[in-house]
Amino acid sequence: MDKGLVKTVNFSNPNYIGDPINAVKIFNEYKADELIFVDISASLNGRSISSKFVKEVGEEAFMPFSVGGGIKTIEEAESCINNGAERIILDSHACENPDIINTCAENFGRQSVIVSIDVKKSFFGKYNIYTHNGTQKQPKNIIEWAIEAQNRGAGEIMINSISQDGTMKGYDCKLVQKISSNLTIPIIAAGGAGSYLDFNEAIKFGASAVAAGSMFVYHGSRKAVLINYPDKSELSNIFK
Amino acid sequence: MISVVDYGLGNLHSIKKALNYIGHDVLITNDKGVIKSSKKIILPGVGHFSRGIKNLEKFNLVETLREKSLSSDCHILGICLGMQLLTNFSEEGNIEGLKIVDLNVSRFNLEEEYKIPHIGWNSIKAKESISILEGIGQDELFYFVHSYAISKSGNSKIKYGFTDYGKSFVSIFSKDNVFGVQFHPEKSHNQGLKILENFVNL
Repeated sequence: MDKGLVKTVNFSNPNYIGDPINAVKIFNEYKADELIFVDISASLNGRSISSKFVKEVGEEAFMPFSVGGGIKTIEEAESCINNGAERIILDSHACENPDIINTCAENFGRQSVIVSIDVKKSFFGKYNIYTHNGTQKQPKNIIEWAIEAQNRGAGEIMINSISQDGTMKGYDCKLVQKISSNLTIPIIAAGGAGSYLDFNEAIKFGASAVAAGSMFVYHGSRKAVLINYPDKSELSNIFK
Repeated sequence: MISVVDYGLGNLHSIKKALNYIGHDVLITNDKGVIKSSKKIILPGVGHFSRGIKNLEKFNLVETLREKSLSSDCHILGICLGMQLLTNFSEEGNIEGLKIVDLNVSRFNLEEEYKIPHIGWNSIKAKESISILEGIGQDELFYFVHSYAISKSGNSKIKYGFTDYGKSFVSIFSKDNVFGVQFHPEKSHNQGLKILENFVNL
């Protein structure tokens, strides 16, 4: 499968959802807060998210959006920012060469840099960092890495639970709390949202922002593809 | 013609797109002559304050912007870092700004529960009527992403709108023909576009 918006479960079995630019248009109509685009096959294939694609999103989006996927050089990051992205997301490459975080923060300001950390919970409840779309286990300790990323200039950390991804069974709130209690920068909880109640839970456990995939692209028990988003009054009820 | 100042920092493309969308032509420029002859100037900005002011000096635009701020037939709008650059001084770099508006920029100093940067949607409580806020409801939300903010000064010539994030900070100001917004109107849906529209129609 070539290109398109996909939804995975535990970072596997990508299910084709649709054209990403079309999704931007629909989320515009829904007045979505913010969009995140990650090219999940980029780092595996030794490339980075297409600047042409970022530009296309920039042409359509009337809300802030962040992009990531294989970003390893300042030029690649700059291209994303110049094409309209508010923030760039660093993940696999930053884990192996963390200086890129400092460089991006110095050039664009820390508010433009998100470091994303993908985490799998083992059978025994231990958390491990994985990069390259969940294929490479990293030896780093999660909390130490999150703190290091913060100190190097990340403006926000996105904690993505591979174990919860696509399950719609709720965020890993324990993980959210572990990380947020050790940081002064905001964190985005990602992976597992199944209902608006999950949003409240994650916030209660220290997330400053909540991200969702399956919840906003599926509808019903048979997971029919239907892009949706809460309206203003629903949102104010959720985040009272 | 609306000029959007290109001094190497800032999401120029998004601002241009937003203004084009509401039917206005825009020129992205750092040419002194072009900016001098503009009736509407937008100063965007994302990034570090000291880099911003140094770039403006590098492009030789400091005096031009100061002159234009005093000219009654021209309006200036500073967005995010652009707004901050219009002030006297910023703690981000401990360096002077354009000194067009008598205000200062300092780092957020908040209780632990308030994470920094301030990232997200927030509302403006406008105490005084500011022309570019016309037609915008009190509970409309705008997109903020910043670690430094402006606080009110004693200068009576400045009109303020405030936003709460732990403490109150200045999210919008106007002084004669100069305006500043801490949030990104080009990324705040229709209410943001309305602010740009109001500015263009001054």
